[in-house]
Amino acid sequence: MNLTLNVWRQKGPADKGGFVTYEMKDINHHMSFLEMMDVLNERLEREGQEPVHFDHDCREGICGSCAMHINGRPHGPSKGTATCQLHMRLFNDGDVITVEPWRAKAFPVVKDLVVDRSAFDRIIQAGGYVSVNTGGVPDANEIPVPKKIADEAFNAATCISCGACVAACKNASAMLFVSAKVSQLALLPQGKVERKNRVEKMVAQMDAEGFGNCTNTQACSVECPKEISQDFIAMMNREYISAKFTSDNL
Amino acid sequence: MSWLTQTFSSSIGRKFLTALTGFFLIIFLIGHVTGNLLLFKPDEGRAFNEYTAFMTGNLGIMIVRYLLYAAILAHVIITLLLAYHNRKARPVGYKKAAPSPHVSWSSRNMGILGTLVLIFIVIHMSNFWYSLKWGMVPTINYQEGGDIKNLYVVVLDSFSNLWYTALYVVMMVFLSLHLMHGFQSAFQTLGWRHKKYWPIIRNVGFWFSILVPIIFAAMPLYIYFFRNINH
Repeated sequence: MNLTLNVWRQKGPADKGGFVTYEMKDINHHMSFLEMMDVLNERLEREGQEPVHFDHDCREGICGSCAMHINGRPHGPSKGTATCQLHMRLFNDGDVITVEPWRAKAFPVVKDLVVDRSAFDRIIQAGGYVSVNTGGVPDANEIPVPKKIADEAFNAATCISCGACVAACKNASAMLFVSAKVSQLALLPQGKVERKNRVEKMVAQMDAEGFGNCTNTQACSVECPKEISQDFIAMMNREYISAKFTSDNL
Repeated sequence: MSWLTQTFSSSIGRKFLTALTGFFLIIFLIGHVTGNLLLFKPDEGRAFNEYTAFMTGNLGIMIVRYLLYAAILAHVIITLLLAYHNRKARPVGYKKAAPSPHVSWSSRNMGILGTLVLIFIVIHMSNFWYSLKWGMVPTINYQEGGDIKNLYVVVLDSFSNLWYTALYVVMMVFLSLHLMHGFQSAFQTLGWRHKKYWPIIRNVGFWFSILVPIIFAAMPLYIYFFRNINH
């Protein structure tokens, strides 16, 4: 298949950036989107040009690094899929594909399609962990967790921190990501000890990073490659207001 | 910053206030639409005028009324603040942005819809509330209560005008769209989302957003076509 790619090129954070058009010939429709980008980069290298910078690691839909806004949607048109799992067979011969980096104040562009997502790391550092001493390794049945709760915690834990929720949200809100991390730990016994401090600190950090506010459009859940539910945002809202009114923090 | 100011200046706290004030406005709409149904009573406006006199003379209702004005102001100010923050959160937009599937148009355009509803509230209040409070409204005597203001004739006069009637009906469409997202969004923001109750909330919200504006729109249409003073 032949395609026209409009790719965002930006030399560095201070550069204004702009789109560059590349004509792609004979692209195999079995390729993943990143493999197609590899083909482009190999060509650019052969031609002595700088390849397009983009993040990628596992290419198995797990690491969450392949952040690309493709044809107006995070990770492209396929539901519940990261860019690395997006296949070229979803496109048609002659298509024009526009590729942009995530756009958010909290995710500044580093180069081309690479954005700095360390804001997410700082939110996790603010409270997304369990610091209580849990002692030696107990027998699995010593800490009973109902299957339903374990499943719910697992669903929250499937968040790969890719930032598609921020990219999809019209307000660049990080509520889906933060709520998944808050809920995952709040649901499990080990996380309950610090649940109030955790939600207060993580929300404060989320606000400090400059993310927008959630207006419940639900685009985040629609575009999330792991299909994280809106239930977790409601849960975080409950956790936060309840923590603010009942915790010892002044 | 105290924990309380910290709470309500946070992103979730602000949304919480928006939802609470939104709920208050939803409850007000129920009261408003119920009272205004008296316009349909074929008694030349007597029940409506007596209801208006009661609503303006009762101390308890006066307090609720001032709470309502405060809720409208708070709802507008907080959402403006949120909109300002949201705009700053994405200084560079996408060159190509396609709306996600299953995301409603109203949820993405609450700011525009809210602004239109606010403009309507200002027009509506200057027409009826201002007239009642400071305008030249004729009085009427039904014997038992002495002279009371005849707001019914103001209503008849307003809705005898085609353009005002049309504006009112169009604005009810915007109110409907605003409620379509706002109703369920308020529950979500307060964290009242549960597998059992969420489908009920969505259904009630949908029908509320349809029925209340339809009843409101039926009033000017009924007056224009059946009670028009020019007839």
